[in-house]
Amino acid sequence: MKTTLSVLVENQPGVLSRIAGLFSRRGFNIDSLAVGTTENPDISRMTIVVEGDEYVVEQVKKQLNKLVDVIKVSKIIPEDSVTRELVLIKVDADSHMRSEIIQIAEIFRASIVDVSQKSLTIELTGDKDKIAAFEELLRPFGIKELVRTGVIAVNRGANTIKIEEEV
Amino acid sequence: MKITGAQALIKSLEIEKVKYVFGYPGGAILPVYDALNYSKIKHILTRSEQAAAHAASGYARVSGNVGVCMATSGPGATNLVTGIATAYMDSIPIIAITGQVSTSVIGKDVFQEVDITGATAPFTKHNYLIKDANDIPRIVKEAFYIASTGRPGPVLIDLPKDVAETKINFKYPENISLRGYKPNIIGHSLQISRAAELINKSRCPVICAGGGINSAGAEEELMQLAEKTCIPVVTTLMGIGAFPANHPLHMGMIGMHGIPAANKTVTEADLVIAAGSRFADRTVGKVEGFAPKAKIIHIDIDPAEIGKNIQAHIPIVGDVKQILGEIVKKVEHKVPSAWNEYASSLKKLKEEENLGSHSDERLNPIEIIRQLSNKTKGKAIITTEVGCHQMWTAQYYEFIKPRTFISSGGLGTMGYGLPAAIGAQMAKKDEMIINICGDGSFQMNLTEMATAVENNLPVKIVLFNNSGLGLVRQLQEFYCDKRYNQVYFSFVPDFIKLAESYNFKAMRIQKQSEISDAIDSLISHEGPFLLECILDINENVYPMVLNGSPINEMIGG
Repeated sequence: MKTTLSVLVENQPGVLSRIAGLFSRRGFNIDSLAVGTTENPDISRMTIVVEGDEYVVEQVKKQLNKLVDVIKVSKIIPEDSVTRELVLIKVDADSHMRSEIIQIAEIFRASIVDVSQKSLTIELTGDKDKIAAFEELLRPFGIKELVRTGVIAVNRGANTIKIEEEV
Repeated sequence: MKITGAQALIKSLEIEKVKYVFGYPGGAILPVYDALNYSKIKHILTRSEQAAAHAASGYARVSGNVGVCMATSGPGATNLVTGIATAYMDSIPIIAITGQVSTSVIGKDVFQEVDITGATAPFTKHNYLIKDANDIPRIVKEAFYIASTGRPGPVLIDLPKDVAETKINFKYPENISLRGYKPNIIGHSLQISRAAELINKSRCPVICAGGGINSAGAEEELMQLAEKTCIPVVTTLMGIGAFPANHPLHMGMIGMHGIPAANKTVTEADLVIAAGSRFADRTVGKVEGFAPKAKIIHIDIDPAEIGKNIQAHIPIVGDVKQILGEIVKKVEHKVPSAWNEYASSLKKLKEEENLGSHSDERLNPIEIIRQLSNKTKGKAIITTEVGCHQMWTAQYYEFIKPRTFISSGGLGTMGYGLPAAIGAQMAKKDEMIINICGDGSFQMNLTEMATAVENNLPVKIVLFNNSGLGLVRQLQEFYCDKRYNQVYFSFVPDFIKLAESYNFKAMRIQKQSEISDAIDSLISHEGPFLLECILDINENVYPMVLNGSPINEMIGG
């Protein structure tokens, strides 16, 4: 089972290593991890996809909360949220393959970001299923390289995952 | 007026009411030791950095205050590591201050450089590498707050040499703002009511008191709850002293080497009230076999302990002192029941245990502990190392006060007891501190006898000398089919001469009939004293629960 956690942390050196260290020490598996600053430059958000059952996810949440640099840990509910990931895929593409690949890219609303004699690099944004389907369709052409950012997520509607305003 | 970072550090420690620092100087921490010259804080120079960390931990456990230790960068810092990890596993509040190479050369592998914040991240509650001297007062204040609140634990502060030499305007902050650290103190009132209801309904309840009772100072609330409801009390190793061993409701320690009466009571119970215990593996044995008929009320300050090892029916997160106090108000008075009779009958079995198997030719370690317990009326502060002697002490010394059994429970650190005794004696100058040790553990930090003598500390040592590693030998007997390996010392020093060279008074006994007089000598001697007791290495610790067995299945129980 995969669970997405949205983790607000102090934007300080060493925080990423504390969190990575916690996962390895306690034997938790990270599927993906994406980090960036938030609307408040003092705070970073880590979106972590964890592999494990309910017990493991509970422990991950509690152990993360014990870190002084971790401000808030929230579980992302798939139905109530939008999740996205960005991938860059470099595909084998000589001149007579190119148009077919471009057609597939168009269907997925992906964009071509680089072209060479023998390759095409395509950028796609989407959720996990869309990216998997796209990857599957491109595979027969020969994927030379695939780079993904890891999942990021945001709640639907006006709900936010923020820290309570300091009084 | 501007002062240096090092002076700011010392001043901050003074504001935090630090009286003693245990440490060892070196290059990168020179500015701090220089600043210490002008402070009323007393520095205790140990003989290794590891001992400084253990001494700080012993001091913290006995006094209830934060213990402070200090070392230089590199090997100084890495030598502290075992002490820090020991404190972490037993939730002991200590501050470890390490010197660091200057910020301009961090990462360049210069002389005595080591990434100590990286190394200790997994077993500190939090740690800091100070990069700006202006942060020193705030960081020290935060460190003390983090170490001593919530679930206590060690905090490390790494101070680069150039930062220690930078001049700043000193201002100690009044408030702490840590948005990522807000321990939950007050227990959920609905959960407390549910717990009280369950206690009222239960017929065979038992309280399992953990180290949290000692660290929270919750012994009175525990006593009130036990007496009001007539519920028998077992303790974990860390919970020893939380409930007086001479009380009729006291059942003894549970776990791998637990008292049979205690292990059986828990197994038969229909309700276990775990107070300040993390259900450690050595406490519960096989998880499925732990209190199989019981509902579990789990009270702990650390939310991450709830459901980690044992699933609780009623978890309550918060300060165990506050929560027990609330529960006491809500539970009904009860009179002793058939359950109490059953528990008492189990206890009688223990008292009737035959001690006659030891002839006068062979010392019985249990008899030594019993006499020590009787002659000190259970009131001495006992530190231990790790091994057979530790288990016998836990089983047979009748501790009646909290914070008097000082032992490395979670990490099981050999070499802990003597430096911890030094810290303990600094905290309680007028109390009797006895380190009970084996010859294996003693040889790990015996140089600390010098620290004791140098500081006029009348530390007593009871050395169980079996010329080997008794508890490891026992494990090899059971798990390696008696293929003993590396558990016998072919050379053992003359501990009497050794102790005497450290200005300890020393005495050796080998017979049962010598025990009484020897312990009298130890107790009545005003200065440091070492009593060496020659034991047979085949003396096993019983009962013993084998790996993967429930705690009611005991060998020798």
